[in-house]
Amino acid sequence: MTFDKKTAGGVTIEELPAEARFSLRVRDGERAAVAGALGLELTDTVGVMTSGSGRKALCLGPDEWVLSGAPGDAAAITAACAGVYDAAPHSLVEISEREIFIRASGPAVEALMATGVARDLSRIGPGQGARTVFDGTPVVLVREKTDSFRLNVWRSFAPHLLGHLFHVQKELASGL
Amino acid sequence: MLLIHCPYCGETLPETEFAYAGEAHIARPENPSEQTDAEWVEYLFMRSNVKGVHFERWRHIHGCGRFFNAARHTVTDKFLTTYKAGEPRPDIEALTGIKAGVKEGEK
Repeated sequence: MTFDKKTAGGVTIEELPAEARFSLRVRDGERAAVAGALGLELTDTVGVMTSGSGRKALCLGPDEWVLSGAPGDAAAITAACAGVYDAAPHSLVEISEREIFIRASGPAVEALMATGVARDLSRIGPGQGARTVFDGTPVVLVREKTDSFRLNVWRSFAPHLLGHLFHVQKELASGL
Repeated sequence: MLLIHCPYCGETLPETEFAYAGEAHIARPENPSEQTDAEWVEYLFMRSNVKGVHFERWRHIHGCGRFFNAARHTVTDKFLTTYKAGEPRPDIEALTGIKAGVKEGEK
């Protein structure tokens, strides 16, 4: 689904372009070999995002990362991981088509996010993220900058999430 | 809302990210075919249902996805501690002075 960018109430809600995304599961012993093949570091600290070679890896769990890269990079990521598979077994699943990407930014963005996320948002610093729940919808949340959040949400949940975001934006704009 | 500490994420997070997963430290029989019916009943259905400190499993399903164990007081709903799956039961009596897994009136 697509939607138009809308700015009101101190927040801007916009859709981000598609990117190549992968779910990566790898055990401790094989992590360094896979990270070397991908050209970035894989941290085991949950919630921390690392980047390198034009790719990003967000640690979602002790052995789980979500990789993202440019749309044309998907084949290269698959090939790089396939190259080390025999020496370092792992699971790499392409999930590029699964989600749509929403950015909410602006001075009132924390008020907007706090209507859906029960977490303490001040514990998520710029460059960090997490898998969490937004108004009952599973999302991968990334804080890009202090006043900018990125929400990666499954396509089928997007109408509900966007309905919530635009509704709260109207409330913010009306001064509620 | 309960706040639950996930030992894998190292953060104290809202209850909505977690799912309850029953009593902890219930070992599956090593030789299932040698179990009697009574032993199967005990393993499958019998739970302690304590009023007091209860050891239970939780899953951080909308987060890191891991199962872990928690000690929770079933009357106050207060979490005493959480710990990774596979680790032994913590000594709750030493931590709090409360006897774990003992019904009221048996102390």
